[in-house]
Amino acid sequence: MLELQHVSFEVPSETDEQLEIIRDLSLTVGDGKFVVITGPNGGGKSTLARLIAGVEQPTEGRILFDGADITAASVTERAKKGISFAFQQPVRFKGLTVLDLIRIAAGKELTIAEACTYLSEVGLCARDYINREVNASLSGGELKRIEIATVLARGTKLTVFDEPEAGIDLWSFQNLIRIFEKMREEISLSSIIIISHQERILNIADEIVVIAGGTITKQGPKEEILPQLMGTGDAVEQCFGQGKR
Amino acid sequence: MAQTVQLSDTEKRIIAEVADLHEVPIGAYNFRANSKLAGRNTTANIDITSKEDGSGIDIRIKAGTKNESVHIPVVISQSGLAETVYNDFYIGEDCDVLIVAGCGIDNCGKQDSEHDGIHRFYVGKRSKVRYVEKHYGSGDGTGKRILNPGTEVYMEEGSSMTMEMEQIKGVDSTERLTKAELGKEARLVVKERLMTHGEQSATSIYRVDLNGEGSSADVVSRSVARDHSYQKFDARITGNAPSSGHTECDSIIMDSGRILAVPSLEANDIDSMLVHEAAIGKIAGDQLTKLMTLGLTEAEAEERIIAGFLK
Repeated sequence: MLELQHVSFEVPSETDEQLEIIRDLSLTVGDGKFVVITGPNGGGKSTLARLIAGVEQPTEGRILFDGADITAASVTERAKKGISFAFQQPVRFKGLTVLDLIRIAAGKELTIAEACTYLSEVGLCARDYINREVNASLSGGELKRIEIATVLARGTKLTVFDEPEAGIDLWSFQNLIRIFEKMREEISLSSIIIISHQERILNIADEIVVIAGGTITKQGPKEEILPQLMGTGDAVEQCFGQGKR
Repeated sequence: MAQTVQLSDTEKRIIAEVADLHEVPIGAYNFRANSKLAGRNTTANIDITSKEDGSGIDIRIKAGTKNESVHIPVVISQSGLAETVYNDFYIGEDCDVLIVAGCGIDNCGKQDSEHDGIHRFYVGKRSKVRYVEKHYGSGDGTGKRILNPGTEVYMEEGSSMTMEMEQIKGVDSTERLTKAELGKEARLVVKERLMTHGEQSATSIYRVDLNGEGSSADVVSRSVARDHSYQKFDARITGNAPSSGHTECDSIIMDSGRILAVPSLEANDIDSMLVHEAAIGKIAGDQLTKLMTLGLTEAEAEERIIAGFLK
């Protein structure tokens, strides 16, 4: 279970004032939950994901994972405790292969066949990709799928996906939905947090959280929140209307 | 005609580092340890003879020799030893051979140890050569470990040569000069891997002349400069005929490391196409973060990134 208690995150602005990205935000994600976080661009969604992964440290508040305070824990410590984070923009590495990354993710020397199963799950022909370098020769969509494969290889208690659909084509998108559904079935006590604008991803959530202006503006079961977001003028305003802060 | 190879444990360890050899290799070889011949084998197609003035060896590979290899590792384990050695390779036409050189210095003493190896390659028509060279230093003495390799390559029509040159650890000072002259349709590929640490310095200079029509060269260096080390990469490709050349220097700097990259091109023919690329930078923060989210510590992430980069 992940708990954020009164979390705030401020950065110095150009005018030397503190700019608040996240404001006094509290959120609990229970075991086995599939939570989708949505809201306007610049509302603080990605920052929230980075705070959970430990890439950023909150300026106020506490973060608890399975009851333990991880507020000051490093990225590595959180990863070892069972938190995975799929980047919105996957990183390229000259010289590291897809196989290297999957093995690092799994934390053991997987056989090539084992590593290939993760690639097949994300719809990549494993044989063609396993020894490829994770460099500029791969397209954005390919990188994104490899990013998801590394997270699958970790199979941790909590996985945070930051806009997994960004840069993914329609065919892959179908596949992506299937991956999320499968993850949900297979890891019963684990939880998944996805940051997304996509209706079809919102549609498979247990719970939807809307974040705008650095704080939660709506939260509840999908059945309750989704109708409020879709098919009304509100949806556009909620998701896209406020623009960047 | 084989002579028994006699090496100490230190020498064996160094040979394993520089030539990936754990036992006496199959094929032709010449082992040199502390300026003396420590073992030699020749084959029906590959002859190795000492130069009359004792300055080095001649390696003669008969025309048509295929799938054979020559190993010529050099080990220095005495402190204070300095030597210059000339090794000439005469490779006949239509050959396909592997040449493995490499030099390791173990210096536990106070005096500097130095090996300056000058290799000259005469590559016959249509021959394919793969040349692998590793340099390595070890020992905790204050004496420096110095390697100054000079390499000259003369390539005849239709020949090709791939040079893999690696210096990853322990060499205090290096000045490398590699010159190549390419004839018609000849192709040269250079892959250099270099890492310097401590107070080391390394200079690598390439002068490649594309003299024949249709000749091409690809000179690629990847390097890492750590601690207070310094590197200079200076590669020039000259197009004197319709030809194509590419040089690339890609470097990571860490700590207080410094790198000077001087790629240069000279086109003396309207149909020579030359490209250079150079990039120097530290390890990107998001690369470290990504590997840390997979459970590595920052130091482990750094090591993995460097190991991959220099692979």
